[in-house]
Amino acid sequence: MSGTTVFGLCAAAAVGLGLYGLITNPQPLRKIIAFNLLGSGVFLLFGVVGRRGAAAGLGNDPVPQALVITGVVVAFSATALAIALLLRLFKAAGSATLSSAPMRADPDPSGD
Amino acid sequence: MLPPATVPDAVTTSCGFLLVLSIAVPVAGVLLAFVLGDRWVRLVAFTIIPIVLAIVAATVLVLPQSKGPLVYLLGAWTPPLGVALRADGLSAVMLAATAVVISAVSVFAVADFRPTAAEPRAPFAFWILLLAIWGALNTIFVGGDLFTLYVALELLTFAAVPLVSLDGRPETLQAALRYLLFALLGSVLYLLGAALLYGRYGTLDIVLLSSRIGAEPASLVAAALMTSGLLAKTALFPLHLWLPPAHAGAPAAASAILSGLVVKGSFFIIVRLWFQVMPGLLGFAATQLLAALGAAAIVFGSVLALRQERLKLLIAYSTLAQIGYLFLMFPLALDASGYLESGEALAGGLLQAASHATAKAAMFMAAGSIYAGLGHDRITGLHGVARVLPLSVLAFAVAGIALMGVQPSGASLAKDLLLQVATETGQWWWAVVLQAGGIFTAAYVVLVLAHALASSDKSVTLIGPASRPRDIAALILALCSLLLGLVPWEPFLPVPYDSTSSLFGPGTLFKLLLPVLGGVVLAILLSPWPHPLASSARWKVATRVLDPFRRISLAFGSLVERGNSVLCEWPAASISLLVLALLFGALMLVAT
Repeated sequence: MSGTTVFGLCAAAAVGLGLYGLITNPQPLRKIIAFNLLGSGVFLLFGVVGRRGAAAGLGNDPVPQALVITGVVVAFSATALAIALLLRLFKAAGSATLSSAPMRADPDPSGD
Repeated sequence: MLPPATVPDAVTTSCGFLLVLSIAVPVAGVLLAFVLGDRWVRLVAFTIIPIVLAIVAATVLVLPQSKGPLVYLLGAWTPPLGVALRADGLSAVMLAATAVVISAVSVFAVADFRPTAAEPRAPFAFWILLLAIWGALNTIFVGGDLFTLYVALELLTFAAVPLVSLDGRPETLQAALRYLLFALLGSVLYLLGAALLYGRYGTLDIVLLSSRIGAEPASLVAAALMTSGLLAKTALFPLHLWLPPAHAGAPAAASAILSGLVVKGSFFIIVRLWFQVMPGLLGFAATQLLAALGAAAIVFGSVLALRQERLKLLIAYSTLAQIGYLFLMFPLALDASGYLESGEALAGGLLQAASHATAKAAMFMAAGSIYAGLGHDRITGLHGVARVLPLSVLAFAVAGIALMGVQPSGASLAKDLLLQVATETGQWWWAVVLQAGGIFTAAYVVLVLAHALASSDKSVTLIGPASRPRDIAALILALCSLLLGLVPWEPFLPVPYDSTSSLFGPGTLFKLLLPVLGGVVLAILLSPWPHPLASSARWKVATRVLDPFRRISLAFGSLVERGNSVLCEWPAASISLLVLALLFGALMLVAT
């Protein structure tokens, strides 16, 4: 088994774990972490793609690396935005949940 | 006619710089407004908006003169190493529709957004996010490779999510977080597909990829992942859990942008992906599945819209139904050899998208005016509102009439095109769905208008001032949608015949009466609220005849509502996302 295959399998495992977490975990914070795991799997896949050298004659294709850097920045901003929203939600509602059950309208001072 | 998209175009055309400007100017506006701060934000926005409007107008005027699409190669690097921006007829139509909607919304928002004590920074955030959304949408419309489209799509989401929670209430914050997380799931699937495509073909440039791509496992898996990811962002049934709370909770101007424009961004990428990157891969079964989801969205969205208590939620659910309508073009565009043709069906779909963008934005703006005037937007509490807010109700009515496909609206032209293709290709079942969609649309428009036009026993008091510029902006946008059918589309979209010739024929009357009468019946049957006629003695016989039918339809309605609440749970929605990806993959594998 070559190195790229191992990395490819790792990428698949990370994507699978991330998907599982994103679907099953009810807490938003865990969903955000699961999204990051899922994203890491995809970036690893891009790395494997670059290593396999899609461009002819190069030992390593540089384009996927550029794509990964951009993707990391995007995922980072997404995480920052999600965390900021989560904090605002916790401050405003006293709890952070995504369930559609009716929430308390006014903040509960004893909640935080 | 559509410019041929398969020719490898590796030179910058003479007016290609316009494409860069259409992205760079709104982004510059965002940065400038952010640096200059709260006091200058309106000045910046009202300097940038006319400039971008002029750039878009120039692009639309230049495009018919140039042979083929406008192209700009960034840094003069040719694809696959460089990144190209391209504008064809499809881009031009969407660029223009976006520019019109954003201009009207900005006029509306001047009157609507005043700094309040609760959220002093909301107007500041709104103007910055408005410009950011415009920049992101323009990038989506002119982006020439799949990774640029990914980044633009993410920028669009990041600008749209804060718009949902501008007022900082817990419900809207929760809606925004749900929207963000589900959209992120969708975009990661899209990125995964892009990685697979790059790994197999060594490029993500749309033109290059379309010449290299073949029916291989890698490309089929990628297509399935990207499609289902984009469907999650477009909120096609059953992936709509985030849409109604997000669109109904936002301030009116933000809702108009979210409902009219933001969902069109990911829809446009689906169109690019299927019609230009891989037109030969999808086959009969996958397109039928896509349109079947659309048909289900029409039924679910419309039935739920008729059961809503609040006007803004009704409009949000109607967006759900209209999104479904957009996907009916896919099976109709398929030619005999299983190839997606950029012909009349595509033109119909794009026209529908443009007319929905204008009409739905106008509807949300009218609803916002009504809310500001009355202090509530309960549909049963709208009696007598037409007397105190005539312009708002008129704008809502015109937008609704445009949306249900009455001549000469864009929706009517789109419906004509799609019906014609459905007859030509012998797919009569989609013709039925198209007509039913018009009737359902009429149903909720009629329902709202019946309540708004009914006379009230007690005088209606306004709690807020009626603002004329606000209503006029909504009315102009609604009229735009109503007159879209008269625009000469030939340079941009393949619209074959002159639609204006049949403006005053018996067909027009039939096209008006069929949806309206069907809509009245559906509104009476499916709306659980007491309708304005129920109390009058003259209608007693009619109501007695209708009563058993009404009971059956209400039972059906509550069944739909219960099914919807199951589908709107997070695990159900995300599992249906994965199931859809599997289904698309399997169907495409069978087809090839």
